[in-house]
Amino acid sequence: MNKEDSKNQGRPFGFDTRMLHAGHIPDATTGARAVPIYQTTSYVFDSADYAAQLFDLKQYGNIYTRINNPTTAVFEERMASLEEGAGSVATASGMAAQLTTMMTLLEPGDEVVASQHLYGGTRTQFVHTFRKLGVTARFVDPDDFDAWEAAITPRTKVLYGETIGNPQGSVLDMERLAALGRANYLPLVVDNTFATPYLCRPLTFGANIVIHSATKFIGGHGNSIAGVIVESGEFDYSHYGTVSSPSPSYHGLRFYDTFGHHAFLMKARVETLRDTGACLSPFNAFLLIQGLETLSLRMDRHVQNAMAVAAFLEEHPKVDWVAYPGLESSPYHTLANKYLPQGPGSVFSFGLSGEGEAVRAKGKIFIEALDLFSHLANVGDARSLVIHPASTTHQQLSDEELAASGIAPGMIRLSVGLETKKDLLWDLDQALHAI
Amino acid sequence: MGSGSSLACDLTLNSVLSPELKAKYQNQQTIRRILGQARTVAMVGLSTHRQKASYFVATYLVSHGFRVIPVHPKAKEILGEKAYPTLLDITGPVDLVTIFRPSREAPRYARQAAEIGAKALWLQLRIVSEEAVGIAEAAGLDVVMDRCVKMEHGRYDGTMHFVGMNTGILTARRARRWL
Repeated sequence: MNKEDSKNQGRPFGFDTRMLHAGHIPDATTGARAVPIYQTTSYVFDSADYAAQLFDLKQYGNIYTRINNPTTAVFEERMASLEEGAGSVATASGMAAQLTTMMTLLEPGDEVVASQHLYGGTRTQFVHTFRKLGVTARFVDPDDFDAWEAAITPRTKVLYGETIGNPQGSVLDMERLAALGRANYLPLVVDNTFATPYLCRPLTFGANIVIHSATKFIGGHGNSIAGVIVESGEFDYSHYGTVSSPSPSYHGLRFYDTFGHHAFLMKARVETLRDTGACLSPFNAFLLIQGLETLSLRMDRHVQNAMAVAAFLEEHPKVDWVAYPGLESSPYHTLANKYLPQGPGSVFSFGLSGEGEAVRAKGKIFIEALDLFSHLANVGDARSLVIHPASTTHQQLSDEELAASGIAPGMIRLSVGLETKKDLLWDLDQALHAI
Repeated sequence: MGSGSSLACDLTLNSVLSPELKAKYQNQQTIRRILGQARTVAMVGLSTHRQKASYFVATYLVSHGFRVIPVHPKAKEILGEKAYPTLLDITGPVDLVTIFRPSREAPRYARQAAEIGAKALWLQLRIVSEEAVGIAEAAGLDVVMDRCVKMEHGRYDGTMHFVGMNTGILTARRARRWL
């Protein structure tokens, strides 16, 4: 063995280095520096015996792109490295990441206790689609730990929250929630989409599973729908039925006994992803890898611009309130300093002055008067985005659910992009004056 | 695909070992030396059941060119290799002894591993015995504890990467095989 083999042994490489290099070793045959796109559905087996062993999970290897792919694997290992997890599974979307996680952990009759400050689509999935699968979700005020505890029953299997609640801008006290999870033998699943691993790494605060809509800041350029699940490898699944029990589709294989700290991830991949089919396309994985290479640079600029926009809006006479945890006025400022010391991202909401129908109409005028902010249903693009949640992302919710999710009729949600700061302030100012 | 030429930080694993014991008994250089040099592996506690973890590991090692000698109290043959009731019954040299038995039994096998002149002792994931590793070290064996031999081989061989796991390997040098 070559002596230089070990020269970096044990070195804790920095975040930016891992953003560029983790999970990709230049190809032995071609030396290609960029990550090659393996646009293939399937892989030739070495031998019949080897194929049988692959299907039996006795070998790690490529079988079929619905289960794994070499380009996607680079994205997966890179995300696992950045989130400081044991591994990861990429999915077709953030919603698929959630569903894959929950279908791996839960079975009919189980319950989830979740923060009520969630993306509207997540809430809809948890309430309506989960009901069809026999799973019940209970929603609690994320700041009320008595409520979290009171909502846990013997059937509860998972705690769930978002690092930065969408669109309230609440910051999850995940260290405290993880302690509650440990005391009740429940894994804590955190949606870290708005923070990205650059701003917050929930696994280091005791969360067990992190999921992302990689569509957002991970990809960063608004061109690919994608999701990813990262797991810590720290949760003891030995008495957690869905992961520890013999698997009927693998001849009674016990995933936790066999794969140890990789059990959840292996099960999520070779059972749930195999059966639901929500795999990531290799081409999208390539675009996400491109996005990850500049993640820290983009997030620093996103945060700088968001701080400037939030401070500007807070002083504006036509604005009633601004919910950005980076502002000292935010009730979440202390939690943001703890969990997001480099800034609480760039997605937040604010409220136009006024009430009821009148303010609803003002919201419409404001959005239509904007010139530079794109009106669409996404966040985490390099470009600045705007939306009126009550009429779009959260419109499936009943009035009661809307109120429970903390959405006001005059609430505007921004995703502050990377444009020149003074141009963003100019656009917001002229649109506010149009009201 | 092989792996690169250098290693990054350690993995996040649910090992119960203290950082000091991890540094000693989960040492990356030791692991790579063992996997790179061993050819004959005696597996104490290799199951005859195809869905047991030990059977997975043995199947994997055989397909990667290792000769795996089963040590089993009753079985005559596992995976096409003659099984022996104890380590002491094995004829011929053994490079590595891997233990798939409860921690309390490990010291006995450590003594036997030393007696038959094995070069290394490996206690599988979640098998922890300071007494056993002490015995093996005193006899000059390389020792690994509370790690999986299949996972470690898959990490350095590059295959574990294909299922999205964090190998901790980071390099800009062209790939080649480590083992």
